[in-house]
Amino acid sequence: MVTYLVFALIALFLAAYFAGRSKALSSVGGETSKLHSLPSQHGMFLALVSVVPALLALVVWSLITPGIESNIVKSNFATELGGLGIPQVEAFIRDARAIAFGGVVGFTDATKEAAATLYKTVHARSVWAIVAVCAVLAFAGFVWGYGKIAPAYRARHIVERIVRIFLIACSAVAILTTIGIVLSLIFESLRFFQQVPIHKFLFGTHWSPQSAFTGAGTQQGAVDPNIFGMVPLFVGTLLITFIAMLVAAPTGLMAAIYLSDYASKPVRAVAKPILEILAGIPTVVYGFFAALTVAPFFRGLGESVGLGVASESALAAGVVMGIMIIPFVSSLSDDVINAVPQSLRDGSAGLGATKSETIRKVVLPAALPGIVSAMLLAVSRAIGETMIVVMAAGLAANLTANPLEAVTTVTVQIVTLLVGDQEFDSAKTLAAFALGLVLFCITLALNIVALRVVQKYREQYD
Amino acid sequence: MTDTTSTTMGAAIRPRSIHADDAAKARLKKRYAAEQRFKWIGAAAIAVSALFLVLLLSTIVTQAWPALRMNYMTLPVDLSTAKVDPGALGSVNYDAIIQEALAAKIPDATSRQDRRLVRGMISTGAGLQLRQDIARDPSMLGKTVDYAVPVDDFADLYLKGLLAAKGSVVPLQSAVTVSADSGDVDLGFDKGDILTFAHAAGATEGENGVLNLTSGAASLLLEVNGGIIKLTEVSPAANDGSTAKGTVIVRPQGTAQAAGGAAKLRVIDAPESSRKISDKEIVWLEGLKGQNLVESRFNTIFFTGGASREPELAGVWGAVVGSFLTMVVTLAIAFPIGVAAAIYLEEFAPKNRWTNLIEVNINNLAAVPSIVFGLLGLAVFLNFFGLPRSAPVVGGMVLALMTMPIIIIASRASIRAVPPSIREAALGIGASKVQTVFHHVLPLAMPGIMTGTILGMAHALGETAPLLMIGMVAFIVDIPGGFTDPATILPVQIFMWADFPEPGFQQKTSAAILILLVFLIIMNAIAVILRKRFERRW
Repeated sequence: MVTYLVFALIALFLAAYFAGRSKALSSVGGETSKLHSLPSQHGMFLALVSVVPALLALVVWSLITPGIESNIVKSNFATELGGLGIPQVEAFIRDARAIAFGGVVGFTDATKEAAATLYKTVHARSVWAIVAVCAVLAFAGFVWGYGKIAPAYRARHIVERIVRIFLIACSAVAILTTIGIVLSLIFESLRFFQQVPIHKFLFGTHWSPQSAFTGAGTQQGAVDPNIFGMVPLFVGTLLITFIAMLVAAPTGLMAAIYLSDYASKPVRAVAKPILEILAGIPTVVYGFFAALTVAPFFRGLGESVGLGVASESALAAGVVMGIMIIPFVSSLSDDVINAVPQSLRDGSAGLGATKSETIRKVVLPAALPGIVSAMLLAVSRAIGETMIVVMAAGLAANLTANPLEAVTTVTVQIVTLLVGDQEFDSAKTLAAFALGLVLFCITLALNIVALRVVQKYREQYD
Repeated sequence: MTDTTSTTMGAAIRPRSIHADDAAKARLKKRYAAEQRFKWIGAAAIAVSALFLVLLLSTIVTQAWPALRMNYMTLPVDLSTAKVDPGALGSVNYDAIIQEALAAKIPDATSRQDRRLVRGMISTGAGLQLRQDIARDPSMLGKTVDYAVPVDDFADLYLKGLLAAKGSVVPLQSAVTVSADSGDVDLGFDKGDILTFAHAAGATEGENGVLNLTSGAASLLLEVNGGIIKLTEVSPAANDGSTAKGTVIVRPQGTAQAAGGAAKLRVIDAPESSRKISDKEIVWLEGLKGQNLVESRFNTIFFTGGASREPELAGVWGAVVGSFLTMVVTLAIAFPIGVAAAIYLEEFAPKNRWTNLIEVNINNLAAVPSIVFGLLGLAVFLNFFGLPRSAPVVGGMVLALMTMPIIIIASRASIRAVPPSIREAALGIGASKVQTVFHHVLPLAMPGIMTGTILGMAHALGETAPLLMIGMVAFIVDIPGGFTDPATILPVQIFMWADFPEPGFQQKTSAAILILLVFLIIMNAIAVILRKRFERRW
């Protein structure tokens, strides 16, 4: 039904376009020079005023109805659903929806069938409502716009204003996204901090919300705030990030230096794509590689020298993450190094310095703010990286600085807390949003600092 | 003042320049060595990156290779009306029919345990497959047809040589006598060479030189009189001979003495307890293979099937379709909005705080960790708007928000590269600002915008973490048919398979990765071609 509505609106758009165009043409007897706007602009004007209001109504409707329909069904079946937890209620709604509209049904019973019937009637009513609203809006828009078309009518201005509003709205999406991220993180985190005090969360040293029985918040009021201390996660994240930077910073920087100052053309033609491919490989592939190849390799290596290496050691995850970040570091450093003016290099060479001396004593100091900023961005990237650590790092929160042991990170915990069936209101799931907020703040701060470093310390040579 | 005098004095004597003495030469040598070192360190950094790439890709490809083929067992399946009632096709136990056909091929498996082992050698999905094939081609009914069924994942891995070696076969010098032709049997050897083999197999020595082969030793399978007997115990006997105890796996044809050199011994080095496939299964599979009943085919199930818990039945098609649907949504949202935002910011926006805020926002969004977008999708799309979980439409929306900054940044760069003379010329002949942008600037910027969009989409295609948050990690068997059906996507499928404990999934994971990489390479190649062919430099 909704699909037909969309097709009808598209048809109306085309029809209105041609109707508007022909009316504009006939109003001046075919002499376009007497029109203020082009015939096609009149057509576009009519098409837009007839379709856009109806289309907006349709978009709003399709965004809000699923929630409203589910709530109506839920409230009608409140007695049956009373004793169930949130995942069960969700499953119930999902099944009822699947029975009503076709889809994969988990299992069915009489209540679900009844709910599905209710769903169908509610949905049918809301569909009819939106069809009626769209029809009225489209008709009114068309009649109003058709009456407006006249030789002197400034259709172009209207059309261009609508286009401009559309463009502004599109660029505001970026702001809306940021607002959405901040608001959703803050609201859920505030709910979490009502159950767990913020200082216990930030400074507690014990993290085990996954332990099923000790107050992980599956029942209301039974939250043990002492198991939500994020310090071990923070330390684990820092440890893995440190190892990753230990791999990525020197390798990436040296690769950038070599490519910009030493490499011959054929070498560059091979090396650049290699780095680009490394940058393009999905992180889940790196994660698989870390878990399958690198972790057993380090374990075997450790065994052969008599060291006990955990099978999910921080070392393996860190090293693979470092490899992933190498192209990031090298491309950012490459830009910065190339931005150092040639005159500085020439001057240094003129004084008799070798190439490496020029790089170490002239180019790098000049590019330092940019390089520091690149490293900070790389750190921010490593902290926010998820799949490698989910697949190769551990789940248990150990407070340790030993890279051979298994540690866990903020992102791993977000994933483990939110994947699988959970109750959305428990402290366990809300904790994931609090962790997300911390992650967002850290990466944002790093990005801002990186920007400030460049702005403040950059030398202006030109 | 003394300085001046000493210089003038020195000029008269003219000592050797400090730039040419031995110390200087040594210094220069050191500096050149440092130069070389520096250069080599740089080259090493590149080499390390290349090495990692080669290592990663070769690991994936060698792992993925076996998953492209799969072994099928051709069995004469009895579909006569006595077994399959054409009127009631739904109530037939197709699995039992296939099991029967297989059991007929392995007459030696008589005990309950053995029969269970035999049943486990073919895939649990074989019955369903037969049922579907009959529904498609009813002419199979009423007769016995040779029907190929997929083998179980462990059997498949064994046949591919990934689970255990087939073992080496050596002729035995001794003449062999067998006491019986079934069950536990006693064997007599006229020489002692079987003892050497038993020692080499790592048998544990008991009293009176009895060698026990049951715990942790390599498997010794004696092929005698057309039968196969697994040796459990070997002990020395009088006259340099030896005796042994064993269990019959394949019944020998009679108990006559086999002459020296006629009996053969197969040694499978990995002990039975440490591999996932038993001696009996190996013997049976080799037997079936010897009858040309096992054949390796291109693995169509993998490319056309949906997800499954059984490695041999698991396919990527469901995930590929899910990925495709998700990408369609992402493109439909991110491309128009991203390009429109870029046009506004480059062409129309006044330089004020508002546009400055938008710019800072876009740059920040590009650096937000992807998992945070997943949290946004969970909180806003799923919980606030109540959109369905696991649906491509929600995944596409989340990925669109994530990809948009990339598209905006690339589009802005491309629009900025269009020279002002084009705009001035259009404005000069009376075009409005909107007409200038849409008729002249945008078409010229399009190749660059497309390149940026494809690269952004490639990035989105490989993204996993945000989609875990919105439930696309669910186990979904059906192939999604629409944007609101529950679906999974290729990277998430890879993540899930990588977690499964069955060894068969390891190859599947690698093969799925290979498919993902192929898609990414195609997208990047298109981007490169677009850039090379259409991008103009003014």
